[in-house]
Amino acid sequence: MSPAEQNAVRQSARNGWLLSVPALLVLALAASGPLLIVVYYSFLTANDTGGVIRQFSLEGWRGIFLTYDIFDEEYRLADAHLTIFWRSVWLSLTTTLVTFAVGFPTAWFIATRPAQQRAMWLFLITIPFWTNLLIRTFAINEVIRNEGILNTALIWLGVIDRPLQIVYTETAVLIGMAYVYLPLMVLPLYATIERFDMRLLEASYDLYASRWRTLRRVILPIVKPGIIAGSILVFVPSLGAYVTPRVLGGGKKMMIGNFIELQFLQGKNWPLGAALSVTLLIIVMGALLIYVRVANRDRSSDHG
Amino acid sequence: MIKYGDELGVSVADAVTISARNVVKAFGQGAGTVRALDDVSVDIRQGEFFTLLGPSGCGKTTLLRLIAGFEMPTDGTILLDGADITTLPPNRRPVNTVFQSYALFPHLTVAQNIAFGLEMLGKPAAEVKARTAQMLALVKLEAMAGRKTSQLSGGQQQRVALARALAPQPKVLLLDEPLSALDLKLRKEMQIELKRLQTETGITFVFVTHDQEEALTMSDRIAVMSAGKIQQVGTAKEIYIHPRNRFVASFIGETNFLTGTAEEGALRLATGERIEVPGLKAGGHATVIVRPEQLRLGPAAEGVLRAKVGSLVYFGTDTHCHLALADGTELVARLQNPASGEAGLGEGQEVGIRFAEGAVQRVED
Repeated sequence: MSPAEQNAVRQSARNGWLLSVPALLVLALAASGPLLIVVYYSFLTANDTGGVIRQFSLEGWRGIFLTYDIFDEEYRLADAHLTIFWRSVWLSLTTTLVTFAVGFPTAWFIATRPAQQRAMWLFLITIPFWTNLLIRTFAINEVIRNEGILNTALIWLGVIDRPLQIVYTETAVLIGMAYVYLPLMVLPLYATIERFDMRLLEASYDLYASRWRTLRRVILPIVKPGIIAGSILVFVPSLGAYVTPRVLGGGKKMMIGNFIELQFLQGKNWPLGAALSVTLLIIVMGALLIYVRVANRDRSSDHG
Repeated sequence: MIKYGDELGVSVADAVTISARNVVKAFGQGAGTVRALDDVSVDIRQGEFFTLLGPSGCGKTTLLRLIAGFEMPTDGTILLDGADITTLPPNRRPVNTVFQSYALFPHLTVAQNIAFGLEMLGKPAAEVKARTAQMLALVKLEAMAGRKTSQLSGGQQQRVALARALAPQPKVLLLDEPLSALDLKLRKEMQIELKRLQTETGITFVFVTHDQEEALTMSDRIAVMSAGKIQQVGTAKEIYIHPRNRFVASFIGETNFLTGTAEEGALRLATGERIEVPGLKAGGHATVIVRPEQLRLGPAAEGVLRAKVGSLVYFGTDTHCHLALADGTELVARLQNPASGEAGLGEGQEVGIRFAEGAVQRVED
């Protein structure tokens, strides 16, 4: 390549950089900026009327794990906080599993329809997404509440004689989240299953594999990228879920999202809220790192 | 061992591995029903290289899929070593398939692909390992054991597919047009390779192809299929020399057809000329065939038939001479080229045609 050509290439690469400036600005202002402010606030002192006082303090971070007992005048382990963290992680994992258990057959069903029907099925799956989250959550509430459709039907059928207490339990939160996030699992699963070569099923049966072993040894390993993508798309927003646990958990079964809100509004403890937000971010990133690493380890072990 | 041999007209000495009896396979329902297989009965003998040959849509692949268990017949039975396997699912049949698309598992290595069937059969790890190594050696892919199948060439993928299907030592190996995706040179190599594998392993091969040359060179016996029916079963020679009907004669090799009125021991053409056909009975319409290489050309006065030379096409080893009879019937003669060059014929020349002894055969329409 002549020096002139090299210069031209370098020039166009520089121009390419310039073109990405708007995107970089948006990233800096809309993503990193607020995040840095949250980190900054977590190290300041709480103002009892809301907001922060610009004075360095570790109270916010300490507040995540410890509470100050005003009677004994000492710090105690904040087991209520840990319960909320644990519940958030547990519910998010279960939600991911439930959406997978329901979403995989759904995605398989759609991917095995004739090509011209698939778009319609995908459309049906995504319709709920077009409605406001709050409204969908209240709709679920309408189904599962004590005088709701489900209980009325079960009592009328004589299956139960007293309404099942579903609403305001963890089960209610789980049902709500699984319903809301199901499309996020189905879509990436569909994308990988659609590319799956169905002739491999015949090859597997031909080589003495039962249906179950074909699923485990052939289908699941091949559609794994879709499972990983779907799980991340469901797990991450589940962990930060706010509306669903608020409406269906009735404020009793709080998740991290509700707990953070509590600190910023009623609690007037912005540093603690900020520290909790950062902690949530760390949990999500940690979970993703572990997940991706485990997934990649499986892939490299395939090389023998 | 085979008790039904007599009634099917099969010699009892030839042990039958696969037997299809009155198999019907219909696709679709109502008026749109298509009979992919229409009352097919065939016996495939143990250890033979059996080829199902026919144009696309003749039902050959359907018959293969019925033997593999991917489809259930609408009617009829399929026996394996005398036992009814008609409704057995594919994973419970000791039969393996080499797929046209190979259908190798993309997430597994070459060795893992080959080991798959053995593992599913629950063989002990040591046996799986030993057998996989043996199979890798058989198809000469030892160096590729740890590779992903996507890193292999078409010919190598083909060999992995073969090794994978042979590893569990099936009673029958089914091959669904396995060579169609390969280029000509590789296909020739694989034909020899397949034949070698079949001889070495002694496993019964059922091979599906639409390529008559492939069928003729590799098979012990061939079943020529058309329109969901088996037209003729026999060795390559039997089918080429004594085709039973017009379809078989035209599908296998090149053929000249002559039609006319049957007389006692001869055929009277529309031109008034008469060809001797031993054994032909008088009465009605008849068709005979002559292969192009069985035509001899000479002076116009000496031939059985008189013809005019149309075009001459030079093919190196031989020349194809297109001839027209007085009534316009076209014939092709394949003449071996003399060392000096061409056959020494000119376009428009009047010639006399004679036929080699026994070359004129009657066929059903």
